[in-house]
Amino acid sequence: MSKPNVSAFDGSKHYVLDDELASIVNITMALEMPLLLKGEPGTGKTMLAHAIASQLKMPLIVLNVKSSMKLIEALYQYDTLTRLNDSRFGDSGRDISNIEAYIKMGKIGQTFSAEQRTVLLIDEIDKADTDFQDDMLDVLDQMQFDIIEIDKTITTKHRPVIIITSNSKKNLSDPFLGRCNFHHIAFPEPDMIRKIIHVHFPDIDTILMEQAVNIFYELRQLEGIEKRPATRELLNWIRALRMDPNFNPVKLSKNDVPYLGVLFKKSEDYLRASQH
Amino acid sequence: MFIDFFYKLKAVGIPVSPTAFLTLQKSFAKGLVRSVKDFYIAARTILVKNEKFFDLFDQVFSSHFEGAEMPESQDLILDEFIRTMLEDWLQDPKVLAKALGLDEEKLSHLSPEELIKYFKERLKDQKGKHQGGKKWIGTGGTSPVGHSGHHPGGMRVGGESRNKSAVKVALDRRYQDYSQSGPLTQSQLGEALKRLRNMVASGPKDQININESIYQTVKNGGEIQIAFDRRLKDRLKVVLAIDNGGWSMDPYIPVVRSLFDYSRSQFKELHTCFFHNTIYETVWADSKRMQKPIKIQKLGHSDPETRIIIVGDASMAPFELMITQGSIHVEDQTRKISLDCLRFLTRNYPYTIWLNPVPKSHWRYTKTIGMIKEVIPMFELTLDGLEKAIAHMMKK
Repeated sequence: MSKPNVSAFDGSKHYVLDDELASIVNITMALEMPLLLKGEPGTGKTMLAHAIASQLKMPLIVLNVKSSMKLIEALYQYDTLTRLNDSRFGDSGRDISNIEAYIKMGKIGQTFSAEQRTVLLIDEIDKADTDFQDDMLDVLDQMQFDIIEIDKTITTKHRPVIIITSNSKKNLSDPFLGRCNFHHIAFPEPDMIRKIIHVHFPDIDTILMEQAVNIFYELRQLEGIEKRPATRELLNWIRALRMDPNFNPVKLSKNDVPYLGVLFKKSEDYLRASQH
Repeated sequence: MFIDFFYKLKAVGIPVSPTAFLTLQKSFAKGLVRSVKDFYIAARTILVKNEKFFDLFDQVFSSHFEGAEMPESQDLILDEFIRTMLEDWLQDPKVLAKALGLDEEKLSHLSPEELIKYFKERLKDQKGKHQGGKKWIGTGGTSPVGHSGHHPGGMRVGGESRNKSAVKVALDRRYQDYSQSGPLTQSQLGEALKRLRNMVASGPKDQININESIYQTVKNGGEIQIAFDRRLKDRLKVVLAIDNGGWSMDPYIPVVRSLFDYSRSQFKELHTCFFHNTIYETVWADSKRMQKPIKIQKLGHSDPETRIIIVGDASMAPFELMITQGSIHVEDQTRKISLDCLRFLTRNYPYTIWLNPVPKSHWRYTKTIGMIKEVIPMFELTLDGLEKAIAHMMKK
């Protein structure tokens, strides 16, 4: 592990980090535990991992969890088909008797065998079966796994920084939680949002920003909205407003919101918001 | 000092583990904690694993380190007691009245709100008697087979459902989060639900069958012949409709709850919706049945393969099924009669079933059960009934 002082994390160019989250990341890195992040979609859970990687100049490896995923896919795969093919034609230059040549590392495998410290993002772990989480416990605990086909154990050379995100579709199991540090990213306060907007649009017009932020928070308060717009939607919306040459920020009011579809992605929500 | 803090967290009900506490100590040893704020962040990140406890943690923290008021954990516990008491009282006021040494007459004149207040005061008064109290809290209330109760001061709107009078629901929010319910003990239900996983080979043929490939290749004289298998794909879409209105379903909550908990992780797509007594043109996605109406036409996105499982006791006043404005809720008084809506469901979704927690032997006493049974295949909410229900839903 590198010295915490040198590699302490304090946000990156496109990610505004509050002090609290920064400390959490640093503690997590120092303790070498995975950090589990929860929070509304669009509050920057995934972006955090990207920010850490770019700021600390570590390679980022992303494991996008899918519902049918088995842990073994994330670790390694034994490419039997290529081997079978090589055994028949033998023109690939690979040594058929060497099974290792046919082992392909999955995302976790790549992280473990990397030559330098990496950031591993396990995105939306709650999509997978509980089995997946339970199987992963051991691997993350020991920081090693076995490749049965060649009877070899892969051990990490440098403990990776592991960020796990969850959208709380399913409850995670207690033993799993026990091995992680936990943080819930709350939806940012208006001040924070202004900072975030500034990071993304340094030259933004003050009137536009104030108007947009006000209306955005008002729209978020609407009753009965299924998917409330989050930071991601706000940024896209502002981007859209800025692209429109005929748009006048002074006239922006909540009765006439252009590009509502950028903010509300579900048709029921859209209708509700436009009738408002 | 920190050990005290740790136990305090445990005492207010935050699930903290000793391992996590040791990890926290490790963070001290590493010199990561230099201020109170650092400590706050480290302790919360490491010890608390769910955002629903953040608030409680904050309160304990401020009380322990800055002498602020402690949250009244006693109140939380009391609430729990009172909830069960109220449930019990609805089931059988006599037992409760007797246990408290009260006059049933007197109790029946109180409104639910007054009752809660009254219970609270009584409980605070007589802490010594909690022991005895537990006894009756266990009985009756949570039995899935719930026997008919009798509430003297019932306010049900026109009903003949075996005396299950519906008191105006006093504790409104108890249903809110089924999915966060406690330990799952009724493992048999889970077992039965697992059979719902429709593991038929329905995916594309894209998985290599190695043994078969080798066999075919050898048979082919060394010329490679690859054999593919179909990928197993779980494509079952399930809509679970739960009757969560009124007290008449209350005794069955624990069962419905475990059913719900199990099913959550088992299907490809699971939508839960709620209704009261019977289904009209809309059901609700939110458990309070207020904000997110779903038209029944949209249930299951018109995919006839969708399995619709309705859970309810089907006990209500017959007029709720028969006449156009039968609903006891003004807001969903619609044109169609409920029976027609149910027929619509079975016509469009042939795999619709009704699970009824009322024991089969009692069905003939309730008229509406018979009426609904005519339209939608009805099964008992027991392991046996479930097996039959699943067999029915798996029929091609």
